[in-house]
This record gives sequence, structure tokens and C-alpha cells, in this order.
Amino acid sequence: MEIERIDIYPTHEHRGYKLRPGKPYPFGATIVNGGVNFSVFSKHASYCTLVLFDKGASEPKVEIPFRGMFERPETKEPFWGDFRIGAVYSMVVFDLDPEEIEYGFRMDAPYDSAKKGEPGFHRFDHGNILLDPYAKSIGGREVWGEQPDWNDIYQHRARIVQDDFDWEDDRPLEIPMEDLVIYEAHVRSFTRHESSGVRFPGTFAGLREKIPYLKELGINCLELMPIYEFDEFENSRESPITGETLMNYWGYSTVGFFAPKAGFAAMGKSKDGTMVADELKNLIKELHLNGIEVILDVVFNHTAEGNEFGPTISFRGIDNVTYYMLTPEGYYYNFSGTGNTLNCNNPVVRGIVLDCLRYWASEFHIDGFRFDLAAILGRDQNGAPLPNPPLLEILAHDPILAKCKLIAEAWDAGGLYQVGSFPAYGRWAEWNGKYRDAIRQYLKGDMGLIGEMSQRLQGSPDLYSSRGTTASINFITCHDGFTLYDTVSYNDKHNDANGEGGADGANDNNSWNCGWEGETDDPAINALRKKQIKNAFAMLLTSQGVPMMLMGDEVARTKYGNNNTYCQDNDLNWLDWEKFKKHEDLYRFVRNCIAFRHEHYVLRNRWHLRNEDYVGSGYPDISWHGTTPWQPDWDGTSRLLAFMLCGKHARGGTEVDNYIYVATNMHWEGHEFGLPMLPDGMQWHVFANTGMPSPDDIASPGHEPRLEDQSRFFVGDRSVVILVGK
Amino acid sequence: MAFEAHLEMDGQVAKIFLKGQLDANAAPEFRDEVEKAAGNNPTRLALMLHDLEYIASAGIRVLIFAKQKMGGGVDVVAVSPQEQIVETLEMTGLTHSIEIIETLD
Repeated sequence: MEIERIDIYPTHEHRGYKLRPGKPYPFGATIVNGGVNFSVFSKHASYCTLVLFDKGASEPKVEIPFRGMFERPETKEPFWGDFRIGAVYSMVVFDLDPEEIEYGFRMDAPYDSAKKGEPGFHRFDHGNILLDPYAKSIGGREVWGEQPDWNDIYQHRARIVQDDFDWEDDRPLEIPMEDLVIYEAHVRSFTRHESSGVRFPGTFAGLREKIPYLKELGINCLELMPIYEFDEFENSRESPITGETLMNYWGYSTVGFFAPKAGFAAMGKSKDGTMVADELKNLIKELHLNGIEVILDVVFNHTAEGNEFGPTISFRGIDNVTYYMLTPEGYYYNFSGTGNTLNCNNPVVRGIVLDCLRYWASEFHIDGFRFDLAAILGRDQNGAPLPNPPLLEILAHDPILAKCKLIAEAWDAGGLYQVGSFPAYGRWAEWNGKYRDAIRQYLKGDMGLIGEMSQRLQGSPDLYSSRGTTASINFITCHDGFTLYDTVSYNDKHNDANGEGGADGANDNNSWNCGWEGETDDPAINALRKKQIKNAFAMLLTSQGVPMMLMGDEVARTKYGNNNTYCQDNDLNWLDWEKFKKHEDLYRFVRNCIAFRHEHYVLRNRWHLRNEDYVGSGYPDISWHGTTPWQPDWDGTSRLLAFMLCGKHARGGTEVDNYIYVATNMHWEGHEFGLPMLPDGMQWHVFANTGMPSPDDIASPGHEPRLEDQSRFFVGDRSVVILVGK
Repeated sequence: MAFEAHLEMDGQVAKIFLKGQLDANAAPEFRDEVEKAAGNNPTRLALMLHDLEYIASAGIRVLIFAKQKMGGGVDVVAVSPQEQIVETLEMTGLTHSIEIIETLD
């Protein structure tokens, strides 16, 4: 006989609600037999109540204290009760329909609490209803862009989800890091444009419809810009130019770390958090079925609560001094550049970050995480950089995260720049900002870069010597800054539409407009731009390390020179699928370059090349060349560099591959490159030559035409040539 | 509209007719019919959804429960659901495990 649990009966009652002391762990709201377990931490609160709403109701249906006089359920006899263990308030409320309620907390404490706009350590206010930091679903902004009820006393409303999604056989893919080709995209931007043709534009479901596109392109990892619940109306204002609403569009300002952004779900309108989660899980499951991993861009450096003037949503009303880094005067430190800084190396905050990532890895089968402004995660509680940051170490060694990709944006807005020195614990990779800068400078024809380019093309051993090539996420463009098309079409940023008088966005774009600022009808300029984009992709996809490309660069997406479109819910961010028709040749070039990378182990070495022959092939694993083979021109005035990868050294000599030769000429004149001789019986074949018009610019991998003159190749002005020796 | 669920056996095919709104309150009633159907050892379970107007996450879960309860040998199909229900089933991934068909042959 099955014995029933003995803790499924109420022991306490409050205003007709049946209760019993809860379990402090796990934090948040958890469905248990007969009810819901609520658990919330506050070190400094002395009093806490659970506030329950019928879904969407303007007033609470009941407020239940975690301490006070209760009644015995059978006799109604009054008695004193306290549901706190340590600094955690927890109780079970019976007979709740998890689909139909929303919940929050009120907290109070016998401290002086700072008023809005004033500095201070505590911000307790019994008048605020506070969002659970562990809320798995959050209502209030569930349909993107729909004006919220600003008079609502509870703006971001915690909801309860069922976590029993039917994953069938799905699990994270665990694709080796060196085999990834990452595509960075924004959920809404990817399909919001009417040209996307999907049924639910701008949503997880819309993205799911476009999986065949991603698969055909050949990427195997989708990195999503923030999908944690955020408030698109945070700091919303009118554009001085168009009058449209400027929003917190990108979402780098978290409201709740455990909740998917409801407004990104077509099911958001159902106001059912489980449906939202299921829609996202279904997307992830289908991406996995198609061999595509999912990396989430996570923002643990700050929250949506801003500085002293910001709104009290959750953390600051629950335990301000625990969750935020504060100056000795009680102001918010601002290492994030957005008003506050999450106190990441407070042990409690480390715990929530870990719980959050474990939740996403286990419940959503997420394959990896990219940490926004990750240098902040290595600062101590006063903001000083730590030599051995416990948070980064914990994440690197966590059992559940053991196979997740961990990628740092290894800098912050407080001036801590750790590219090449981010504490890695054998796990962490970095967005290689130096790769981006060097390739862009080289691409536009700057001199003095040959030495550095040789480092960047072989996975930046100067930065990551002990960590291998996979520590380097190679990228030329990302959501921050110009698109690739804009990198070759604008010398300067054009950010007027952001309404900040041009003060926002980076100025060190390392871009060159090819002779005209912005759009032009000049066919020569347009042809050069397209060639430059191809040059960039050719270098990116033949570099050792992990390539990452930005959504739409494969079809020349433009943001019209705006390099910081964080607030634009319009064509500046939305991918225009009509571009696909206009730039089919470019798309083909990129697709073939990706396929070529997948085809060749020699391009995807886990460990750095040694610049020597250690398998007895007669060729070093990588060798450097100039217009004369074996004689690279390291001169400070040079704008050309070629390298050859020896196929017998692929993956440390464990795989046999073709030889690959890549010649880059960023000079405005063409140059003839003498070719290194191949081993007997092999011949050079031409895979790509950006100097040729489409379709002769690139071959299908495996079907490269044989090169007639095996001794030399004329590389046109500002061109890249890729040859295969086989 | 109130929820109704009832089972009809048609040879070896178990048909469960669903009507109204399938939410958390209604889910146990549906679940009972699934249990009953399973007791008849059908070769096929047909969920007749023509009159189903709304399905919440609790209802989705009973559909998955039905699939799991029947085991691998039993074909579970959703027959003639309304457009909105189809969307919900597609978006939450149900169409992986339960086939949607227009009519029951």
C-alpha cells in the first residue's frame, strides 16, 4: 500500500486559508501536494507577509503573515505561530490553483529606510508589494509593448509554473566548443519584421518557424540576447526625431532572473506562465533536434531597479544591502553604467546566480551562457577586483553546469578590462574584443597589424596560451556597435534616433565607409563594401577559435550607422527578410564559408598551433607567408599576410585533413602571391576568392576547381583567397 | 462554458469528447476519462476536440498524461481541434507526441 505523506495537512489557518510551516528550500514558489510552498530570504527584514492576488486583480485577495496569530484549522482556537527558519520565511498555502494566482511579499524592518532619491542602506517600505527574486513567471508585461496599467500597485507580478514539460529524449547537445559557429540574435528582432512571414512575429514561436533558415546557413549555436523578464517600458520616452516610443528594447536590465520574457512568447497573452515556459522549451527542443545549441546572454551585473531614484520592484525592498554594492554613504556603485551594481560576491547573491543558472541548465536544457559585463562578477563587495573570485570559481566547478559553455564579456563599465586575463578555471571563454578591433583595423587597411593579425588568426595564443583556442570567441560584430555592413559603410556613428544627442554608443568603431558616408548608388562603392564583408567572413571563419556572427550580417543588415540601437523597436533592429533576396550572393558566400569550416578539422583545433612540424610531415602545423612563400612581410607598412595549415597536423595530428592556404591582401592594390609547394601528389584548388564576382567568389566545399598555375596566385586589391591542397 | 468530458468506445477505439474550457479545475474530470479509457485497452485514443474552446497548461498536461498512460503501442490523436487550440498545441510542443487529424477514419 502506498503511504501518503504526513505533511500534506494544514496545521494553521488565516482568514480561511489553510497553512502549514513551509520548507525554506527551494526558494520561490513550489507546487507541493495539496498546495504551494512559498519561501523567501531576507537577512534584514523583521516582518514579512505573503500577498496573494487573483490573476490580474488590482487588489490582493489575502495577505498572510509569516508570523503572528493563527487559528487551528479544526477548532479555530487562536495561537501564535512563526514560519521563519534562519533568515528565510516559508509557508505552504493549501488549496490554491497555481494557474489562477499571483503572489508577492511585503517586508518591513526596524531600520531607518531611505526615501526615494536619498542614499541609504535599507529600503524597506511596507507599502510596496515585492516581486519574488525566484519568480519563475512574471506578469504585468505579458504582451510586448502593450501599455501597462501604471496605477497598478503591483507592476511585475510573480506567477507559478508547472515544470513538467515533456522533453522526451532531449538533452543539451554538448557540441565541442571548437566546433561551434555562434549566431547572436535578438528574439523579437529576428522575426518581428513583416517580411519574416511567420505566424507569430517577434516571438519564440516565430523563431521556431525560422529554424530551417538557421540550419541551412549552417550555424550550430544560437546565442540569444536577454530573454529573462525585463520591462520594455523602463526609461521609455519619445523619440525626438520620429515621435515613436523609445524602449528598453534589447533587454539588458533584468526584472526577474528565473522568468522567461513573457512578451517574447506568443502564449504571453494567455497570462499563463507555464504556457510561456512551454513555448520557450519547445523552441529549445526543436533547435536541439536540428543540431543547434542555445546560449543565453545573462545580465547579472545590475537589475532594473536603477539607482536611488529607481523603482522598488524586488531586491532593494527585500534586502537592499545584501543585493547591491553600496558606497560607504549608501549610494549605488555604478560599475555597470546603468545605475546599480549587483553585489555578486556577497555569498547570498552568489547563491541566487548559481540557482538561476542551474535552473536554466536543468529546466530549459540551455547549453551555455554569455555573461554581460562579466568583469563585475569578479569584483568584491566594495568593487575591488578579486584575484580569485569565488562566484566565477563556483560556476566553473558546478556539477550541473559542468558541460555548459561559460563565456565572459570580460570587461565592465567601471574600467576593468580583462580580455586575456579573465579568471578562467579551465572553463571560461571570453568575447575577444582584441580580435574584433584588430580585424576591423586590418580590414580597413591600417598598417602595423601583421604581427597582431598572426596572433588573432591562430586563436590569440598571446592572450590565451594556457587556455587553448576555445577561450577566444572571435567576433567582428555583435549587438553592441555597427553591423558588418555599417562597419564598411560608416566612418562615424549616427545615433540621433536614440535621443541622447549622440552621446551614447562607442566612438572607437574602427570602421571605414569605402568612400561615402552611408547609403549610396555608386556601384563601385557598393561592390567594395560587399567584398569587404566577404573578406571579414573569410577571415572570421578560417580563424582558430570560436567564430560568432551577428544576426543579419549574412544579408548585409544595416542599422543606418546607429551603433547603439538598444532602444529601437523598429527597422533599426528588425531583420528585413527581403534583404535575403537582394544579397543572395552574400548569403551564399557566408553559408559556404561556414560549411567549409565544418568540413575541415584543421580550422578547428582545440589547442593552439605550435608553428612547428611535430608529426614529420615536412610542414609546420601553421606557416606564414607573404608575396614570396615562407617569407611573411612583418614590416610595419605591410597590409598583406598569408598562412598555410598543414592537414597532417589537424587536431594535434589525430585527424588527417586537406592543406589550407589563406592569403589576405588589405592593400588597395592587387599583389601576386607565390604559393608554397604542396607535398607530392597534392594540388591547390580554389575555394574562395573575394576578388571575383559571384558566383565565382566561392565554391561548394569539396567541389573546388583546380588551380591552373600551381605556383602563384594574383590576389586582387582588398581581397581574401582561400585555397585547398588535396 | 462549463467543461464536459465523456468517453465512448467504438470497437477498439476510445473516443473522449471534450467540450468547453479545459483549465486546472476541469483537468481532473478529463483525467478520469483517460483512466477509464485506458481500462478498456484500446488500440487508439481519439481526443475529439471539435467543441473544445480553450486549453490551459493544466489541460496540456493531461494530454501528455494521456499519451504516457496509454503507452507506446496506442496511437493518440487529436481530432478536429479549433484553430486556436491547434496553435496552442503547436507552440507548446504537443504536436511532437500527439498527431492532429481532421477526421477520424
